[in-house]
Amino acid sequence: MCLGIPGKVIEIFDENGLKMGKIDYSGSINKACLEYVPEIEIGQYTVVHAGFGISILDEEEAKKSLKIWEEFADSAAQEGVDILGNPLDEDQ
Amino acid sequence: MTNINPETLSCPLPIMDHDTIQLSHGAGGRLSADLIDKIFLPRFGNETLDKLEDQATLELPGKKLAFSTDSFVVDPIFFPGGNIGELAINGTVNDVCMCGANPLYISASFILEEGLPMEDLHRIVLSMEEAAKNAGIRIVTGDTKVVNKGNCDKIFINTTGLGIVPDGVNISASNLQIGDKIILSGTIADHGMAVMTSREGLSFQTQVKSDTVALNSLVEEMLNVTKGIQAMRDPTRGGVAATLNEFARSSKIGIQIDGDQIPVKPEVHGACEVLGIDPLYVANEGKLIAVVPDNRAEEILSVMHQHPHGKDAAIIGVVVEDHPEIVTIKTGLGVNRILDMPVGEQLPRIC
Amino acid sequence: MKYLDEFRDPVLAKKIVAEINATVTRPWVIMEICGGQTHSIIRNGIDQVLAKEIELVHGPGCPVCVTPLEIIDKAIEIASRPDVIFTSFGDMLRVPGSKKDLFMVKSEGGDVRTVYSPLEAVEIARNNPDKEVVFFAVGFETTAPGNSMAIYTAAKERLTNFSELVSHVLVPPAMEALLSSPDNRVQGYLAAGHVCTVMGLEEYIPIAQKYHVPIVATGFEPIDILEGILLVVKQLEEGRCDVENQYLRSVKLKGNIPAQNIIQKVYKVTNRKWRGIGEIPRSGLSIREEYIDFDAEKKFSVGDINTMESDLCISGEILQGLKKPHECPAFGKECTPTHPLGATMVSAEGACAAYYKYQRLR
Repeated sequence: MCLGIPGKVIEIFDENGLKMGKIDYSGSINKACLEYVPEIEIGQYTVVHAGFGISILDEEEAKKSLKIWEEFADSAAQEGVDILGNPLDEDQ
Repeated sequence: MTNINPETLSCPLPIMDHDTIQLSHGAGGRLSADLIDKIFLPRFGNETLDKLEDQATLELPGKKLAFSTDSFVVDPIFFPGGNIGELAINGTVNDVCMCGANPLYISASFILEEGLPMEDLHRIVLSMEEAAKNAGIRIVTGDTKVVNKGNCDKIFINTTGLGIVPDGVNISASNLQIGDKIILSGTIADHGMAVMTSREGLSFQTQVKSDTVALNSLVEEMLNVTKGIQAMRDPTRGGVAATLNEFARSSKIGIQIDGDQIPVKPEVHGACEVLGIDPLYVANEGKLIAVVPDNRAEEILSVMHQHPHGKDAAIIGVVVEDHPEIVTIKTGLGVNRILDMPVGEQLPRIC
Repeated sequence: MKYLDEFRDPVLAKKIVAEINATVTRPWVIMEICGGQTHSIIRNGIDQVLAKEIELVHGPGCPVCVTPLEIIDKAIEIASRPDVIFTSFGDMLRVPGSKKDLFMVKSEGGDVRTVYSPLEAVEIARNNPDKEVVFFAVGFETTAPGNSMAIYTAAKERLTNFSELVSHVLVPPAMEALLSSPDNRVQGYLAAGHVCTVMGLEEYIPIAQKYHVPIVATGFEPIDILEGILLVVKQLEEGRCDVENQYLRSVKLKGNIPAQNIIQKVYKVTNRKWRGIGEIPRSGLSIREEYIDFDAEKKFSVGDINTMESDLCISGEILQGLKKPHECPAFGKECTPTHPLGATMVSAEGACAAYYKYQRLR
């Protein structure tokens, strides 16, 4: 379960004694409680669930996990095949 | 650790039918259809009403009239991009013109709650004046009732529109033919998300604006290309998904949509993601879906692109022989899945 | 990097599918615990592109689905009172109790409001001091930090008109209950990425070892889910049973410590009934003694409402992955999203609703 959506912190403020932030989701801005990501800074992304930031997204890790597949695909594509060794066709 | 015996598992009894009206009965989904099919049509039904188009088309000597009525209730009454007044004009203009008619006259009935600020009413009336002017329609009759505080929510507006259908135009949800193309006039879910994100309790600092606009000038341009447009509707409550399902059912034919072709503004998409809402089920107030013959589709599309209300128009799908009365949508992985009627109100969810 | 579209790239997704299908040599049964993943799998058609050897079964990962009937009845009882503003996530409003749902309470004049964040319920309590404001605190570990923060904040501000009806459930005990069942078919788990974001991975290690199942913490986008499946399949094929982390960008080994601290301050572990499964020891959270004034069950004396569930549908077997929704005789006939027989059809995330919505083509 647990709909959690990444959003970018664009402002940090205090409300009723809680660390809050304005979070930008591709242009829609909503507030979220940032008490659970105390070290987050403006410009970083957090996963927001039910109005609470629950993690600071790790850009390095995100890039790494995508890069593995991109490289895999690229090196196969250079040989004119997909990663199974089948000739490339419609996908490309 | 507990041993689980599936034989002892149980689950709740159904609530088979509702004894009272629920909000979902007005949400444009399955329950709305139920209400119409079970309560209204059996008593009121006649050959015009039974077609369940957004407007009635009536043959009078020498003229074919399009006639449509709609009531407007929206919370909040002022929302980003518009207010209940222009919605009431544009919504009925659109219902009239979706059969190809040229809307001419409109009525305006107000139910006002005691205590409504005069300034609010004035603002609403000013924007109705402007909307009517933009649509080229005249407000020719009206009515006002005031109810006790608490007996309505600030202001309800009913409008009824009248227009003339040009000769040779025959647009109906039951006209779809295999091979026809489905055109969507622009980005979806703007209106519904503008209203939802401006509601109290959701704490959005919203960037999403309603798309409320009258579409009759766009329809006129499209009809100038060909009078052979098969079907046309504005996907309001229930969104694009509801309208496509209505088409498929009325024509007893299948529809295949390509999900990648459906334009959604990034900020609308963002708000939908946060609230767990599928934009295909969200209301629009300035968009139309037209089903057109394959060989005229590109031409109609390019005319729409020239018009301010159709600049993002796209061909989003095709009418197919397979799976009659079912709409499918192609996912990013190239798989077709069903795009069903919405059930009831769209609610923000956590899971 | 916006962390969304990048993980929905169809070309990358197809590459991973190819890799999974090249890795698998034998039939495997993999359960995705989380209903959010079920939704993503069916919405994107992931189950339809995998090799036939891989069977995905949908787990009990939807708090709406597993909230027991008697809690819904308690909610309805409380929400029907004239002095109460009852607040809830939108998901819970359509779940049928034994006689009605919260929507119907609303139509009968009850003040039932949808909130997006539990802090909004606290805000409503602040603004309505003459009303009792009750928040329906359902959810898994992911939602517990927010729900516990609501009580923690209300207590700090001495908002005596705020309380919670708590029906929190914990994922690992349910995973273990499923594995220890004599009918278990599950050979590997995709663990719920956001639950793991909050709680970390350590509690899964003994489960993986004891039952010899690979467990991979997995995200929610198509690339995540496919990669999670690939990691599980690789382990199964190699005979390993490790706890791995696919959702590295969000999940850390120890989880979110500040969140765990507030949860522990406000809630304590308790036995809980799961709708369709029954009571599982130490599988839920309830309010600690120190915060008992914020317990709506005590405040409104609804503790003794006990409702037996009837035995008309097979949602229990579906929640355990023993059956697929379309194997139920009532599926799509007596039981539809408009007239749900069971909880798995009610929640948009429930396996039956997801099947009904996306898969009737088959």
